[in-house]
Amino acid sequence: MKYACLIYSDENDPTIHPDPGSPEMAETMAAYQAFGTEAEGAGVIVGGEALVPTSAATSVQVRDGEVVTTDGPFAETKEQLGGFYLLDCETLDEAVSWAAKIPGSFYGTVEVRPVVEFD
Amino acid sequence: MNVNRRVEQLVRDEWPRLVATLMGDLGDLSLAEDAAQDAAEVALRRWLDDGIPDRPGAWITTVARRRAVDRIRRERVGREKAAKLARLEARLEGDDAIGEDHHAAGAELLRDDQLGLLFGCCHPALSIEAQMALTLRSIGGLTTQEIAKAFLVPESTMAQRLVRAKRKIAAAAIPFRIPGDSELLGRVGVVHHVLYLIYNEGYAASHGDDLIRHELTTEAIRLSRLLASLLHDDAETHGQLALFLFTESRRQSRTDAGGDLVLLGDQDRSRWDASLIAEGRTALDRAIARNAPGPFQLEAAINALHADAADAEATDWRQISMLYRELRRYRPTPIVTLNQAVAVAMAHGPSAGLTMLERKNLAADLDGYALFHSTRADLLRRLGDAAPVGEAEAAYRRAIELTENEPQRRFLRKRLKEVSP
Repeated sequence: MKYACLIYSDENDPTIHPDPGSPEMAETMAAYQAFGTEAEGAGVIVGGEALVPTSAATSVQVRDGEVVTTDGPFAETKEQLGGFYLLDCETLDEAVSWAAKIPGSFYGTVEVRPVVEFD
Repeated sequence: MNVNRRVEQLVRDEWPRLVATLMGDLGDLSLAEDAAQDAAEVALRRWLDDGIPDRPGAWITTVARRRAVDRIRRERVGREKAAKLARLEARLEGDDAIGEDHHAAGAELLRDDQLGLLFGCCHPALSIEAQMALTLRSIGGLTTQEIAKAFLVPESTMAQRLVRAKRKIAAAAIPFRIPGDSELLGRVGVVHHVLYLIYNEGYAASHGDDLIRHELTTEAIRLSRLLASLLHDDAETHGQLALFLFTESRRQSRTDAGGDLVLLGDQDRSRWDASLIAEGRTALDRAIARNAPGPFQLEAAINALHADAADAEATDWRQISMLYRELRRYRPTPIVTLNQAVAVAMAHGPSAGLTMLERKNLAADLDGYALFHSTRADLLRRLGDAAPVGEAEAAYRRAIELTENEPQRRFLRKRLKEVSP
Protein backbone atom coordinates (compact mmCIF):
# COMPACT_ATOMS: atom_id res chain seq x y z
CA MET A 1 0.00 0.00 0.00
CA LYS A 2 1.22 3.49 -0.82
CA TYR A 3 1.20 6.31 1.70
CA ALA A 4 1.83 9.99 1.06
CA CYS A 5 3.79 11.57 3.89
CA LEU A 6 2.97 15.26 3.71
CA ILE A 7 5.45 17.45 5.57
CA TYR A 8 3.99 20.56 7.16
CA SER A 9 5.90 23.25 9.01
CA ASP A 10 6.04 27.00 9.49
CA GLU A 11 8.00 28.13 6.44
CA ASN A 12 8.49 31.60 7.92
CA ASP A 13 10.35 30.27 10.95
CA PRO A 14 14.05 30.83 10.16
CA THR A 15 15.13 28.23 12.72
CA ILE A 16 13.19 25.62 10.74
CA HIS A 17 13.92 26.96 7.28
CA PRO A 18 17.36 28.54 7.33
CA ASP A 19 18.80 30.54 4.45
CA PRO A 20 20.11 28.51 1.55
CA GLY A 21 23.85 28.16 1.78
CA SER A 22 23.94 28.62 5.56
CA PRO A 23 25.50 25.93 7.76
CA GLU A 24 22.05 25.34 9.34
CA MET A 25 20.61 24.63 5.91
CA ALA A 26 23.44 22.21 5.24
CA GLU A 27 22.47 20.37 8.43
CA THR A 28 18.83 20.11 7.38
CA MET A 29 19.85 18.85 3.95
CA ALA A 30 22.14 16.28 5.53
CA ALA A 31 19.31 15.06 7.77
CA TYR A 32 17.01 14.61 4.77
CA GLN A 33 19.75 12.90 2.83
CA ALA A 34 20.30 10.47 5.69
CA PHE A 35 16.58 9.70 5.79
CA GLY A 36 16.53 9.25 2.01
CA THR A 37 19.47 6.88 2.08
CA GLU A 38 17.95 4.75 4.83
CA ALA A 39 14.46 4.61 3.32
CA GLU A 40 15.77 3.98 -0.17
CA GLY A 41 17.97 1.23 1.18
CA ALA A 42 14.89 -0.39 2.68
CA GLY A 43 13.12 0.01 -0.67
CA VAL A 44 10.14 1.96 0.67
CA ILE A 45 10.56 5.27 -1.21
CA VAL A 46 8.43 5.51 -4.35
CA GLY A 47 8.82 9.22 -4.81
CA GLY A 48 9.00 12.57 -3.13
CA GLU A 49 9.78 16.23 -3.68
CA ALA A 50 10.53 19.37 -1.73
CA LEU A 51 8.37 22.38 -2.58
CA VAL A 52 9.39 26.00 -3.02
CA PRO A 53 7.68 28.09 -0.28
CA THR A 54 4.07 29.23 -0.73
CA SER A 55 5.27 32.72 -1.70
CA ALA A 56 5.82 31.09 -5.11
CA ALA A 57 2.38 29.45 -5.17
CA THR A 58 -0.37 30.25 -7.63
CA SER A 59 -3.93 29.03 -7.08
CA VAL A 60 -6.08 28.22 -10.09
CA GLN A 61 -9.86 27.90 -10.31
CA VAL A 62 -12.13 27.58 -13.31
CA ARG A 63 -15.50 29.29 -12.79
CA ASP A 64 -18.09 29.57 -15.56
CA GLY A 65 -15.45 28.54 -18.05
CA GLU A 66 -13.11 31.27 -16.94
CA VAL A 67 -9.68 30.57 -15.51
CA VAL A 68 -9.13 32.55 -12.34
CA THR A 69 -5.61 32.64 -10.96
CA THR A 70 -4.73 34.01 -7.56
CA ASP A 71 -1.40 34.75 -6.01
CA GLY A 72 -0.61 32.57 -3.01
CA PRO A 73 -1.61 29.23 -1.56
CA PHE A 74 -5.10 27.70 -1.46
CA ALA A 75 -5.46 28.43 2.23
CA GLU A 76 -3.55 30.65 4.64
CA THR A 77 -2.40 28.35 7.42
CA LYS A 78 0.12 28.51 10.21
CA GLU A 79 2.00 25.54 8.83
CA GLN A 80 2.41 24.93 5.13
CA LEU A 81 3.00 21.90 2.97
CA GLY A 82 6.73 21.99 2.29
CA GLY A 83 7.28 18.64 0.65
CA PHE A 84 6.25 15.04 0.55
CA TYR A 85 7.41 11.47 0.26
CA LEU A 86 5.49 8.67 -1.36
CA LEU A 87 6.22 5.47 0.57
CA ASP A 88 5.32 1.88 -0.17
CA CYS A 89 4.58 0.11 3.13
CA GLU A 90 2.63 -2.90 4.20
CA THR A 91 0.73 -1.33 7.09
CA LEU A 92 0.01 2.03 8.69
CA ASP A 93 2.37 1.14 11.55
CA GLU A 94 5.23 0.71 9.09
CA ALA A 95 4.39 4.02 7.38
CA VAL A 96 4.18 5.77 10.76
CA SER A 97 7.57 4.39 11.80
CA TRP A 98 9.12 5.85 8.62
CA ALA A 99 7.22 9.13 9.01
CA ALA A 100 8.71 9.43 12.49
CA LYS A 101 12.17 9.42 10.88
CA ILE A 102 11.44 12.24 8.42
CA PRO A 103 13.30 15.31 9.79
CA GLY A 104 10.13 17.39 9.34
CA SER A 105 8.36 15.37 12.02
CA PHE A 106 10.82 16.78 14.60
CA TYR A 107 9.97 20.43 13.96
CA GLY A 108 6.63 20.22 12.13
CA THR A 109 3.97 17.64 11.39
CA VAL A 110 3.98 14.77 8.96
CA GLU A 111 0.49 13.80 7.83
CA VAL A 112 0.29 10.21 6.66
CA ARG A 113 -2.37 9.66 4.01
CA PRO A 114 -3.06 6.38 2.26
CA VAL A 115 -3.08 6.71 -1.52
CA VAL A 116 -6.19 5.58 -3.38
CA GLU A 117 -5.43 2.51 -5.44
CA PHE A 118 -7.86 2.14 -8.30
CA ASP A 119 -8.72 -1.42 -9.24
CA MET B 1 -29.44 -21.76 33.72
CA ASN B 2 -32.00 -22.74 31.10
CA VAL B 3 -31.03 -23.97 27.65
CA ASN B 4 -31.91 -20.66 26.05
CA ARG B 5 -29.54 -18.70 28.22
CA ARG B 6 -26.83 -21.35 28.00
CA VAL B 7 -26.90 -21.19 24.22
CA GLU B 8 -26.87 -17.40 24.24
CA GLN B 9 -23.98 -17.38 26.67
CA LEU B 10 -22.03 -19.88 24.65
CA VAL B 11 -22.49 -17.90 21.45
CA ARG B 12 -21.42 -14.77 23.27
CA ASP B 13 -18.34 -16.50 24.72
CA GLU B 14 -17.38 -17.64 21.25
CA TRP B 15 -17.79 -14.19 19.74
CA PRO B 16 -14.33 -12.64 20.32
CA ARG B 17 -12.57 -15.86 19.33
CA LEU B 18 -14.71 -16.02 16.22
CA VAL B 19 -14.08 -12.44 15.11
CA ALA B 20 -10.35 -12.79 15.87
CA THR B 21 -10.10 -15.97 13.82
CA LEU B 22 -11.99 -14.48 10.87
CA MET B 23 -9.93 -11.30 11.07
CA GLY B 24 -6.85 -13.53 10.89
CA ASP B 25 -8.33 -15.28 7.86
CA LEU B 26 -9.59 -12.20 6.05
CA GLY B 27 -7.87 -9.06 7.33
CA ASP B 28 -11.21 -7.31 6.88
CA LEU B 29 -12.99 -6.32 10.07
CA SER B 30 -16.40 -5.52 8.55
CA LEU B 31 -16.52 -8.83 6.73
CA ALA B 32 -15.25 -10.68 9.81
CA GLU B 33 -17.99 -9.18 11.96
CA ASP B 34 -20.72 -9.73 9.40
CA ALA B 35 -19.79 -13.39 8.96
CA ALA B 36 -19.53 -13.81 12.74
CA GLN B 37 -22.98 -12.26 13.13
CA ASP B 38 -24.42 -14.63 10.51
CA ALA B 39 -22.88 -17.61 12.26
CA ALA B 40 -24.05 -16.47 15.69
CA GLU B 41 -27.62 -16.27 14.42
CA VAL B 42 -27.41 -19.73 12.86
CA ALA B 43 -25.91 -21.15 16.06
CA LEU B 44 -28.64 -19.63 18.23
CA ARG B 45 -31.32 -21.27 16.07
CA ARG B 46 -29.69 -24.62 15.43
CA TRP B 47 -28.31 -25.24 18.93
CA LEU B 48 -31.73 -24.63 20.44
CA ASP B 49 -33.35 -27.09 18.02
CA ASP B 50 -30.64 -29.76 17.69
CA GLY B 51 -28.62 -29.32 20.88
CA ILE B 52 -25.14 -27.93 21.38
CA PRO B 53 -22.45 -29.67 19.29
CA ASP B 54 -19.38 -31.32 20.87
CA ARG B 55 -17.03 -28.55 19.88
CA PRO B 56 -19.17 -25.45 19.53
CA GLY B 57 -16.16 -23.22 18.79
CA ALA B 58 -15.09 -25.29 15.79
CA TRP B 59 -18.71 -25.65 14.65
CA ILE B 60 -19.43 -21.92 14.66
CA THR B 61 -16.07 -21.10 13.04
CA THR B 62 -16.82 -23.41 10.13
CA VAL B 63 -20.28 -21.90 9.67
CA ALA B 64 -18.81 -18.39 9.79
CA ARG B 65 -16.18 -19.26 7.18
CA ARG B 66 -18.85 -20.66 4.86
CA ARG B 67 -20.93 -17.51 5.35
CA ALA B 68 -17.85 -15.40 4.62
CA VAL B 69 -17.37 -17.33 1.38
CA ASP B 70 -21.00 -16.60 0.43
CA ARG B 71 -20.60 -12.94 1.25
CA ILE B 72 -17.36 -12.59 -0.73
CA ARG B 73 -18.96 -14.30 -3.76
CA ARG B 74 -21.77 -11.75 -3.67
CA GLU B 75 -19.34 -8.82 -3.41
CA ARG B 76 -18.42 -6.86 -6.48
CA VAL B 77 -15.29 -8.19 -8.11
CA GLY B 78 -12.28 -6.82 -6.32
CA ARG B 79 -8.59 -7.45 -6.53
CA GLU B 80 -8.49 -9.35 -3.30
CA LYS B 81 -11.63 -11.39 -3.87
CA ALA B 82 -9.88 -14.44 -5.28
CA ALA B 83 -7.13 -14.38 -2.65
CA LYS B 84 -9.63 -14.14 0.21
CA LEU B 85 -11.70 -16.98 -1.20
CA ALA B 86 -8.69 -19.22 -1.66
CA ARG B 87 -7.55 -18.56 1.90
CA LEU B 88 -10.98 -19.30 3.35
CA GLU B 89 -11.45 -22.46 1.33
CA ALA B 90 -8.09 -23.77 2.51
CA ARG B 91 -9.14 -23.10 6.11
CA LEU B 92 -12.48 -24.83 5.53
CA GLU B 93 -10.68 -27.94 4.27
CA GLY B 94 -8.60 -27.78 7.43
CA ASP B 95 -11.80 -27.53 9.51
CA ASP B 96 -12.99 -30.87 8.11
CA ALA B 97 -9.71 -32.59 8.93
CA ILE B 98 -9.19 -30.93 12.30
CA GLY B 99 -8.52 -33.14 15.33
CA GLU B 100 -8.14 -32.42 19.04
CA ASP B 101 -4.32 -32.22 18.81
CA HIS B 102 -4.51 -29.72 16.02
CA HIS B 103 -7.02 -27.75 18.05
CA ALA B 104 -4.65 -27.53 21.02
CA ALA B 105 -1.77 -26.43 18.80
CA GLY B 106 -3.98 -23.65 17.47
CA ALA B 107 -4.57 -22.25 20.96
CA GLU B 108 -1.39 -20.17 20.92
CA LEU B 109 -2.23 -18.80 17.50
CA LEU B 110 -5.74 -18.01 18.66
CA ARG B 111 -4.33 -16.13 21.64
CA ASP B 112 -2.17 -14.00 19.34
CA ASP B 113 -5.15 -13.44 17.04
CA GLN B 114 -7.24 -12.19 19.93
CA LEU B 115 -4.53 -9.87 21.21
CA GLY B 116 -3.98 -8.66 17.66
CA LEU B 117 -7.68 -7.90 17.42
CA LEU B 118 -7.53 -6.03 20.70
CA PHE B 119 -4.52 -3.92 19.68
CA GLY B 120 -6.07 -3.27 16.26
CA CYS B 121 -9.34 -2.06 17.76
CA CYS B 122 -7.34 0.07 20.19
CA HIS B 123 -5.07 1.56 17.52
CA PRO B 124 -4.01 5.15 18.27
CA ALA B 125 -4.63 6.17 14.63
CA LEU B 126 -8.34 5.83 15.48
CA SER B 127 -10.17 8.30 17.68
CA ILE B 128 -10.49 7.13 21.27
CA GLU B 129 -14.27 6.98 20.88
CA ALA B 130 -13.87 4.72 17.86
CA GLN B 131 -11.38 2.51 19.70
CA MET B 132 -13.82 1.92 22.52
CA ALA B 133 -16.75 1.32 20.22
CA LEU B 134 -14.82 -1.14 18.07
CA THR B 135 -13.55 -3.10 21.05
CA LEU B 136 -17.01 -3.36 22.55
CA ARG B 137 -18.38 -4.47 19.20
CA SER B 138 -15.64 -6.82 17.99
CA ILE B 139 -14.46 -8.26 21.29
CA GLY B 140 -17.29 -7.54 23.69
CA GLY B 141 -19.90 -8.52 21.11
CA LEU B 142 -22.18 -5.66 22.16
CA THR B 143 -24.74 -4.37 19.72
CA THR B 144 -24.46 -0.87 18.31
CA GLN B 145 -27.47 0.10 20.41
CA GLU B 146 -25.85 -1.08 23.64
CA ILE B 147 -22.61 0.71 22.80
CA ALA B 148 -24.54 3.89 22.05
CA LYS B 149 -26.16 3.61 25.49
CA ALA B 150 -22.80 3.13 27.17
CA PHE B 151 -21.46 6.30 25.54
CA LEU B 152 -24.68 8.27 25.98
CA VAL B 153 -24.97 9.09 22.26
CA PRO B 154 -27.78 8.40 19.76
CA GLU B 155 -27.61 4.99 18.07
CA SER B 156 -27.22 6.57 14.61
CA THR B 157 -24.17 8.50 15.82
CA MET B 158 -22.59 5.30 17.11
CA ALA B 159 -23.38 3.36 13.92
CA GLN B 160 -21.72 6.10 11.91
CA ARG B 161 -18.71 6.12 14.21
CA LEU B 162 -18.24 2.37 13.70
CA VAL B 163 -18.62 2.61 9.93
CA ARG B 164 -16.13 5.47 9.71
CA ALA B 165 -13.62 3.63 11.89
CA LYS B 166 -13.85 0.47 9.78
CA ARG B 167 -13.40 2.50 6.62
CA LYS B 168 -10.25 4.01 8.01
CA ILE B 169 -8.95 0.61 9.12
CA ALA B 170 -9.37 -0.67 5.57
CA ALA B 171 -8.20 2.49 3.77
CA ALA B 172 -5.09 3.10 5.89
CA ALA B 173 -4.25 -0.60 6.43
CA ILE B 174 -4.28 -0.36 10.22
CA PRO B 175 -2.60 -3.59 11.33
CA PHE B 176 -4.39 -6.04 13.61
CA ARG B 177 -1.40 -7.56 15.29
CA ILE B 178 0.60 -7.33 18.49
CA PRO B 179 2.78 -4.21 18.25
CA GLY B 180 6.58 -4.45 18.34
CA ASP B 181 8.44 -4.18 21.64
CA SER B 182 9.22 -0.48 21.25
CA GLU B 183 5.56 0.47 20.91
CA LEU B 184 4.04 -2.21 23.09
CA LEU B 185 3.93 -0.46 26.46
CA GLY B 186 2.59 2.77 25.01
CA ARG B 187 -0.19 0.88 23.32
CA VAL B 188 -1.15 -1.03 26.44
CA GLY B 189 -2.49 2.06 28.21
CA VAL B 190 -5.08 2.46 25.49
CA VAL B 191 -6.13 -1.17 25.82
CA HIS B 192 -6.46 -0.74 29.61
CA HIS B 193 -8.75 2.20 29.12
CA VAL B 194 -11.00 0.24 26.81
CA LEU B 195 -11.07 -2.92 28.97
CA TYR B 196 -12.03 -0.77 31.93
CA LEU B 197 -15.01 0.47 29.98
CA ILE B 198 -16.07 -3.02 28.98
CA TYR B 199 -15.87 -4.14 32.58
CA ASN B 200 -17.98 -1.23 33.73
CA GLU B 201 -20.57 -1.86 31.08
CA GLY B 202 -20.77 -5.45 32.25
CA TYR B 203 -20.79 -4.62 35.92
CA ALA B 204 -23.62 -2.13 35.86
CA ALA B 205 -25.50 -2.12 32.59
CA SER B 206 -26.93 1.32 32.00
CA HIS B 207 -30.37 0.05 31.10
CA GLY B 208 -32.66 -2.94 31.08
CA ASP B 209 -33.60 -5.49 33.73
CA ASP B 210 -30.37 -7.43 33.57
CA LEU B 211 -28.42 -5.75 36.34
CA ILE B 212 -25.21 -7.59 35.73
CA ARG B 213 -24.06 -8.74 32.38
CA HIS B 214 -21.82 -11.43 33.62
CA GLU B 215 -20.48 -12.34 30.22
CA LEU B 216 -18.96 -8.88 29.73
CA THR B 217 -17.19 -8.76 33.06
CA THR B 218 -15.98 -12.30 32.46
CA GLU B 219 -14.74 -11.21 29.07
CA ALA B 220 -12.93 -8.18 30.50
CA ILE B 221 -11.30 -10.36 33.15
CA ARG B 222 -10.36 -13.00 30.60
CA LEU B 223 -8.71 -10.39 28.38
CA SER B 224 -7.06 -8.78 31.39
CA ARG B 225 -5.57 -12.12 32.47
CA LEU B 226 -4.36 -12.66 28.93
CA LEU B 227 -2.67 -9.24 28.93
CA ALA B 228 -1.12 -9.94 32.32
CA SER B 229 0.33 -13.21 31.07
CA LEU B 230 1.76 -11.50 28.01
CA LEU B 231 2.98 -8.33 29.73
CA HIS B 232 4.23 -9.83 32.93
CA ASP B 233 6.33 -6.76 33.87
CA ASP B 234 3.62 -4.15 33.44
CA ALA B 235 2.41 -2.95 36.86
CA GLU B 236 -0.81 -1.34 35.66
CA THR B 237 -1.87 -4.47 33.79
CA HIS B 238 -1.70 -6.43 37.05
CA GLY B 239 -3.30 -3.51 38.87
CA GLN B 240 -6.22 -3.49 36.48
CA LEU B 241 -6.65 -7.23 36.76
CA ALA B 242 -6.66 -6.90 40.57
CA LEU B 243 -9.29 -4.17 40.35
CA PHE B 244 -11.53 -6.30 38.14
CA LEU B 245 -11.16 -9.33 40.42
CA PHE B 246 -11.95 -7.44 43.63
CA THR B 247 -14.99 -5.87 42.03
CA GLU B 248 -16.11 -9.18 40.57
CA SER B 249 -15.77 -10.90 43.96
CA ARG B 250 -18.77 -8.87 45.16
CA ARG B 251 -20.97 -9.62 42.19
CA GLN B 252 -23.13 -12.26 43.89
CA SER B 253 -23.88 -10.07 46.88
CA ARG B 254 -24.67 -6.98 44.87
CA THR B 255 -28.27 -8.01 44.37
CA ASP B 256 -30.77 -9.63 46.72
CA ALA B 257 -33.04 -12.58 46.03
CA GLY B 258 -35.52 -10.26 44.31
CA GLY B 259 -32.82 -8.91 42.00
CA ASP B 260 -32.64 -5.56 43.79
CA LEU B 261 -29.40 -3.66 44.24
CA VAL B 262 -27.63 -4.02 47.61
CA LEU B 263 -25.20 -1.24 48.46
CA LEU B 264 -21.65 -2.11 49.50
CA GLY B 265 -22.33 -1.28 53.15
CA ASP B 266 -25.33 -3.63 53.33
CA GLN B 267 -23.82 -6.57 51.48
CA ASP B 268 -23.40 -9.98 53.07
CA ARG B 269 -19.62 -10.16 53.00
CA SER B 270 -19.56 -13.88 53.61
CA ARG B 271 -20.85 -14.17 50.05
CA TRP B 272 -17.90 -12.32 48.59
CA ASP B 273 -15.93 -14.71 46.43
CA ALA B 274 -12.82 -15.57 48.47
CA SER B 275 -10.94 -17.14 45.59
CA LEU B 276 -11.38 -14.04 43.40
CA ILE B 277 -10.25 -11.86 46.31
CA ALA B 278 -7.18 -14.07 46.79
CA GLU B 279 -6.37 -13.87 43.08
CA GLY B 280 -6.89 -10.11 43.28
CA ARG B 281 -4.45 -9.78 46.17
CA THR B 282 -1.85 -11.80 44.27
CA ALA B 283 -2.30 -9.55 41.24
CA LEU B 284 -2.07 -6.39 43.37
CA ASP B 285 1.08 -7.66 45.13
CA ARG B 286 2.58 -8.42 41.76
CA ALA B 287 1.69 -4.91 40.54
CA ILE B 288 3.12 -3.16 43.60
CA ALA B 289 6.34 -5.20 43.34
CA ARG B 290 6.95 -3.52 39.95
CA ASN B 291 7.27 -0.21 41.81
CA ALA B 292 5.46 1.82 39.14
CA PRO B 293 2.35 3.35 40.70
CA GLY B 294 -0.69 4.14 38.60
CA PRO B 295 -4.42 4.73 38.73
CA PHE B 296 -5.54 1.10 38.40
CA GLN B 297 -3.31 0.08 41.30
CA LEU B 298 -4.84 2.87 43.40
CA GLU B 299 -8.35 1.71 42.58
CA ALA B 300 -7.39 -1.87 43.31
CA ALA B 301 -5.89 -0.80 46.66
CA ILE B 302 -9.18 0.94 47.52
CA ASN B 303 -11.03 -2.28 46.76
CA ALA B 304 -8.53 -4.33 48.75
CA LEU B 305 -9.36 -2.16 51.78
CA HIS B 306 -13.05 -3.00 51.32
CA ALA B 307 -12.18 -6.68 51.12
CA ASP B 308 -10.10 -6.36 54.34
CA ALA B 309 -12.98 -5.00 56.41
CA ALA B 310 -15.55 -7.10 58.22
CA ASP B 311 -18.24 -4.50 57.51
CA ALA B 312 -18.71 -0.90 56.37
CA GLU B 313 -18.12 0.44 59.88
CA ALA B 314 -14.77 -1.33 60.17
CA THR B 315 -13.60 -0.01 56.80
CA ASP B 316 -10.63 2.34 56.71
CA TRP B 317 -12.53 5.17 55.02
CA ARG B 318 -9.87 7.75 55.86
CA GLN B 319 -7.30 5.83 53.88
CA ILE B 320 -9.81 5.23 51.10
CA SER B 321 -10.57 8.94 50.82
CA MET B 322 -6.82 9.63 50.66
CA LEU B 323 -6.38 7.03 47.93
CA TYR B 324 -9.17 8.73 45.98
CA ARG B 325 -7.42 12.07 46.40
CA GLU B 326 -4.28 10.46 44.95
CA LEU B 327 -6.37 8.92 42.18
CA ARG B 328 -7.69 12.36 41.21
CA ARG B 329 -4.13 13.33 40.27
CA TYR B 330 -4.30 10.71 37.53
CA ARG B 331 -7.99 11.01 36.79
CA PRO B 332 -9.34 14.45 37.54
CA THR B 333 -12.85 13.42 36.50
CA PRO B 334 -16.17 14.29 38.13
CA ILE B 335 -16.86 10.56 38.75
CA VAL B 336 -13.69 10.16 40.83
CA THR B 337 -14.65 13.25 42.82
CA LEU B 338 -18.09 11.72 43.34
CA ASN B 339 -16.50 8.55 44.76
CA GLN B 340 -14.16 10.59 46.90
CA ALA B 341 -17.17 12.46 48.29
CA VAL B 342 -18.76 9.15 49.27
CA ALA B 343 -15.59 8.09 51.12
CA VAL B 344 -15.30 11.52 52.78
CA ALA B 345 -18.91 11.22 53.92
CA MET B 346 -18.15 7.83 55.47
CA ALA B 347 -14.98 9.10 57.17
CA HIS B 348 -16.16 12.55 58.24
CA GLY B 349 -19.97 12.53 58.03
CA PRO B 350 -22.62 13.25 55.36
CA SER B 351 -22.32 17.03 55.45
CA ALA B 352 -18.59 16.87 54.58
CA GLY B 353 -19.50 14.64 51.62
CA LEU B 354 -22.30 16.96 50.54
CA THR B 355 -19.95 19.94 50.58
CA MET B 356 -17.77 18.13 48.01
CA LEU B 357 -20.78 17.13 45.91
CA GLU B 358 -22.27 20.59 45.84
CA ARG B 359 -19.32 22.27 44.21
CA LYS B 360 -20.82 24.10 41.26
CA ASN B 361 -18.77 22.48 38.51
CA LEU B 362 -19.39 18.96 39.76
CA ALA B 363 -23.16 19.42 39.98
CA ALA B 364 -23.20 20.86 36.47
CA ASP B 365 -20.98 18.12 35.03
CA LEU B 366 -22.94 15.29 36.61
CA ASP B 367 -26.47 16.66 36.29
CA GLY B 368 -27.42 13.98 33.73
CA TYR B 369 -25.88 11.18 35.78
CA ALA B 370 -28.22 9.08 37.92
CA LEU B 371 -25.55 8.04 40.43
CA PHE B 372 -24.76 11.67 41.28
CA HIS B 373 -28.37 12.31 42.25
CA SER B 374 -28.82 9.02 44.09
CA THR B 375 -25.59 9.64 46.06
CA ARG B 376 -26.66 13.15 46.91
CA ALA B 377 -30.13 11.93 47.85
CA ASP B 378 -28.59 9.31 50.12
CA LEU B 379 -26.39 11.85 51.93
CA LEU B 380 -29.34 14.22 52.35
CA ARG B 381 -31.42 11.34 53.73
CA ARG B 382 -28.68 10.55 56.22
CA LEU B 383 -28.56 14.20 57.30
CA GLY B 384 -32.22 13.77 58.27
CA ASP B 385 -33.81 16.86 59.77
CA ALA B 386 -30.62 18.86 59.22
CA ALA B 387 -31.21 18.70 55.44
CA PRO B 388 -33.30 21.36 53.68
CA VAL B 389 -36.94 20.25 53.46
CA GLY B 390 -37.83 18.27 50.33
CA GLU B 391 -34.29 18.16 48.89
CA ALA B 392 -33.70 14.47 49.45
CA GLU B 393 -37.07 13.68 47.87
CA ALA B 394 -36.31 15.87 44.83
CA ALA B 395 -32.90 14.23 44.40
CA TYR B 396 -34.37 10.72 44.57
CA ARG B 397 -36.99 11.67 41.98
CA ARG B 398 -34.30 13.02 39.65
CA ALA B 399 -32.22 9.84 40.12
CA ILE B 400 -35.24 7.62 39.34
CA GLU B 401 -35.94 9.68 36.24
CA LEU B 402 -32.38 9.12 34.99
CA THR B 403 -32.00 5.44 35.89
CA GLU B 404 -32.92 2.97 33.20
CA ASN B 405 -31.91 -0.04 35.21
CA GLU B 406 -35.04 -1.61 36.73
CA PRO B 407 -33.57 -3.07 39.98
CA GLN B 408 -31.82 0.21 40.68
CA ARG B 409 -35.05 2.06 40.08
CA ARG B 410 -36.91 -0.22 42.48
CA PHE B 411 -34.24 0.39 45.09
CA LEU B 412 -34.50 4.15 44.66
CA ARG B 413 -38.30 4.05 44.89
CA LYS B 414 -38.00 2.21 48.20
CA ARG B 415 -35.70 4.92 49.51
CA LEU B 416 -37.97 7.64 48.15
CA LYS B 417 -40.84 6.27 50.24
CA GLU B 418 -38.65 6.51 53.34
CA VAL B 419 -38.11 10.25 52.87
CA SER B 420 -41.58 11.20 51.61
CA PRO B 421 -44.19 9.83 53.99
